[in-house]
Amino acid sequence: MNSLYYQKRLSRNIGDTFFTSLSVICALIAILPLIFLVTYILIKGGSQITPELFTLEPNPPGDDLDAGGINPALIGTLIITTIASIIAIPVGVGGGIYLAEYSKGGAFSRFIRFGVNVLAGVPSIIAGVFIYALIVSTKILFGSMYSGLAGGMALSILMLPTVIKTTDEGLKLVPNELRYASLGVGASMYTTILKVTLPSAIRSIATGVVLGIARAAGETAPLIFTALFSYYYITGFGDLFYEMGSLAVLIYNFALEPYDAQNKLAWAASFILVLSILSVNIFSRILAAFTEKTKRV
Amino acid sequence: MIKTNKKTPKNIILSLENVSISYGTFEAVRNVFCNFKKGDITSLIGPSGCGKSTVLRSLNRMNDLIPNCSLKGTVLFDGTNIYDKRVDPVEVRRRIGMVFQQPNPFPKSIYENIAFGARINGFVGDMDELVESSLRKAALWDECKDKLNDSGYSLSGGQQQRLCIARTIAIEPEIILMDEPCSALDPISTLKIEETMHELKKNYTIIIVTHNMQQALRVSDMTAFFNAIEYEDGDGGKVGYLAEVNTTKKIFNSPKEKTTQEYISGKFG
Repeated sequence: MNSLYYQKRLSRNIGDTFFTSLSVICALIAILPLIFLVTYILIKGGSQITPELFTLEPNPPGDDLDAGGINPALIGTLIITTIASIIAIPVGVGGGIYLAEYSKGGAFSRFIRFGVNVLAGVPSIIAGVFIYALIVSTKILFGSMYSGLAGGMALSILMLPTVIKTTDEGLKLVPNELRYASLGVGASMYTTILKVTLPSAIRSIATGVVLGIARAAGETAPLIFTALFSYYYITGFGDLFYEMGSLAVLIYNFALEPYDAQNKLAWAASFILVLSILSVNIFSRILAAFTEKTKRV
Repeated sequence: MIKTNKKTPKNIILSLENVSISYGTFEAVRNVFCNFKKGDITSLIGPSGCGKSTVLRSLNRMNDLIPNCSLKGTVLFDGTNIYDKRVDPVEVRRRIGMVFQQPNPFPKSIYENIAFGARINGFVGDMDELVESSLRKAALWDECKDKLNDSGYSLSGGQQQRLCIARTIAIEPEIILMDEPCSALDPISTLKIEETMHELKKNYTIIIVTHNMQQALRVSDMTAFFNAIEYEDGDGGKVGYLAEVNTTKKIFNSPKEKTTQEYISGKFG
């Protein structure tokens, strides 16, 4: 008769311990890159942070030891991401509303859903090349070639699928009873969506928008073909139509320079970029947690 | 206003003429003829799957929201076939309000829950007064007059359902449809809703679907008994039909049909 007590040496218990430890180790290895990456950038970049970093233009490589600051790139990233949001949020939310509220699951909406998934998987460099061919090489935007505007358009292509999908899914979570309630008191479809369903889903939509922005802000490849880079301060509205710097492209350019000062600037920019994307992601998590809390009320 | 040349008796507010409703290829109810009198409470009773809720939802075109749902026949309201192509379903729902099975207040304050419908219907009078009178008619005023700015969800289930009734009254419909309004409620809340219905009867026509025969007996003037049977030409599934409609007294005391007798005495259903 076997004892009821736990026996370590039993083959099933040895196997059990082995596989438990194996999965824990794999989980640790999976998280290691993130930990190392963030700490490395925090150490390498964090030590480079000075007040001048945020105010100065970057100096052209080579002529002196001081690399300057990242002000134009920082502002450029903000502007390009804003342009991308201005394009992608209305179109994405509108498309999501169509999918969730108006479409009846026919061939057209299935095609759009499939298309959105494909778009989400398109490599970001393709978005850049596409806008290059469409806008930059044709000089269609008032004769300007590389511009912040073109950069924003390229990023909006990358934001679009996230925004459409989260809007669609957020609206689908709104219970149908709520729609019936609104239509039952004689509201039109338009009033129902604007006053009842959208407000109920607004936080999950906002989460998706924030995630989309976080993804777009860190992209390099699409900007190399569209916004290119600029060393100079952004001074006015007209600068939208010229080359515009961004953090991601600044990192790409300066990390490859042979000069130490430029490399350090690239580290500093990496630090700022990673920190802002990290905080935007955390912000979206808080937003999502807030959504779940209010849903239970 | 679209007029049809069909004449209906004066006190008939709504009438179904040879109505059949299908979901895709599945036929839910067949050949329903029924008149609803103005100012009456009419109960629709019958076993599950007999199509009584389907018929109720067809009366203010709520079925439009269900994909593949189609209706044959005419539903005459105020001399107009509400399924005429020129009819705007939004306008129909403004004049025929609905209370649903599950209480479904808007995620807004109690005040806004009532003001919302009125406002979109172009109400321009004193909103405070309208909110108060609607809540009074729904017998909810005393319980929530001090917390009109609280969320509609802060109320109990029974109170939420009365809030939904108040919301429907606020748009001043001519008919109120109720789809098993008490099935999610406890007996005390049910009783309160029934009292509310007796009050509302003075001004509104009410059509109610209920599973509870005692409730039908308590609240309604007329009762329509729906049943489901297999038709020979059907695909084997049961199809609902209107078995008998009469005053509630007659339905419960001396029904003409054998199936009605069996259903109300609890032999099936």
